[in-house]
Amino acid sequence: MSQEILEGLAAIVNEVAGTPVADITADKAFIDDLDIDSLSMVEVVMACEDKFGVSIPDGEVKNLKTVGDAVAYIEKAQA
Amino acid sequence: MTAALRLPATRPGSRIMSVGSYRPSRVVANDEIAARIDSSDEWIRERTGIIERRFAAYDESVVDMAVAAAGKALANAGVAPEAIGMVLLATVTHPYQTPSAAAEVSDRLGTRKAGALDIGAACAGFCYGLGLADTIVRTGTAEHVLVIGVEKLTDFVSPTDRGAAFIFADGAGAVVVGPSDHPGIGPVVWGADGSQKDAITMTQSWIEYRDEPAEQYPVLTMKGQQVFRWAVGEISKVCTEALEAAGITSDDLVAFVPHQANMRITDAMVRALKLPEHVVVARDIATTGNTSAASVPLALDALLQSTDLPSGGLALLVGFGAGLAYAAQVVELP
Repeated sequence: MSQEILEGLAAIVNEVAGTPVADITADKAFIDDLDIDSLSMVEVVMACEDKFGVSIPDGEVKNLKTVGDAVAYIEKAQA
Repeated sequence: MTAALRLPATRPGSRIMSVGSYRPSRVVANDEIAARIDSSDEWIRERTGIIERRFAAYDESVVDMAVAAAGKALANAGVAPEAIGMVLLATVTHPYQTPSAAAEVSDRLGTRKAGALDIGAACAGFCYGLGLADTIVRTGTAEHVLVIGVEKLTDFVSPTDRGAAFIFADGAGAVVVGPSDHPGIGPVVWGADGSQKDAITMTQSWIEYRDEPAEQYPVLTMKGQQVFRWAVGEISKVCTEALEAAGITSDDLVAFVPHQANMRITDAMVRALKLPEHVVVARDIATTGNTSAASVPLALDALLQSTDLPSGGLALLVGFGAGLAYAAQVVELP
């Protein structure tokens, strides 16, 4: 798993929801563990699109349950 | 030789002369809504920033509310009803396909020399109307135009819809647009993205309902996340285009009055636009809810009543909603 993407995503989640960066690890679920709700998840996705230059369609967002899911998706989309 | 057609004299600009609003008397707190949708006051506040909203009475119509708001706007402008050349009424909740609400409102106001029509651009309707009014006044087609935004959304939202019941509410706002010796309403930036028509739509068409009557007649339904993404991503760009079209920057603004869709959308747009600290942001949604076409004039009036913003100060207005239709312009405050 790309450490760079994980760190970038952690910075985004920290900015959107105020969750401490140290708590944002691959196994954490956005909604259950990280104070992210359905609307802040949209903000996280939009910030990821900007930061990593990828496209994450609305239909994909519900599949990104954990931080690891999102990192894997971004890695694949960048490849 | 064919005779040449004559056109009226054009004007250098138009301006908002006055604002008037009507808020129904019944205040509805989150707890009343939450009980019907298995939610809570806290959940609604967190998702929307709404603390309470106003619901119209059973027998209070879109026309009644529009007449009340427009009457105040006329009185505040000191313009006689006979001097109004056009009534533009934005709504999606007038319960008659025809005739228009505008025609009835015009009759009740006594604006006997005015054209009258409804605008169906949902939450963008008021800003569409303002753009049209500016053109009508500048081209000399009319000297004064009444622009009204009015909704009774409680008639067209299911009280048990967990995606919409806590957001939408009722009310009316109106402005009188009249001539100015310089542009008091900047160029409108507008558009629509019908490819996303399913994001905010009716649960079925009247024809489907006729052929297969259900317990619930067709009501509004919304894909909240899709709308949120579009509003934050695209509408912030539209706002920037409206500033550029008017030849100003956000430093020149005194106020930002976005459609009161959701406090979270307003917050995200303010961040995306990097608005300077001195720009006052309308947050009328907290006590008014989302009143679709009525939200911009209601929020504008609330801002003018509660702050000492200077007359002539510049405000950025933007409406956006179903269709995905949008319109934005910079205006001078009355």
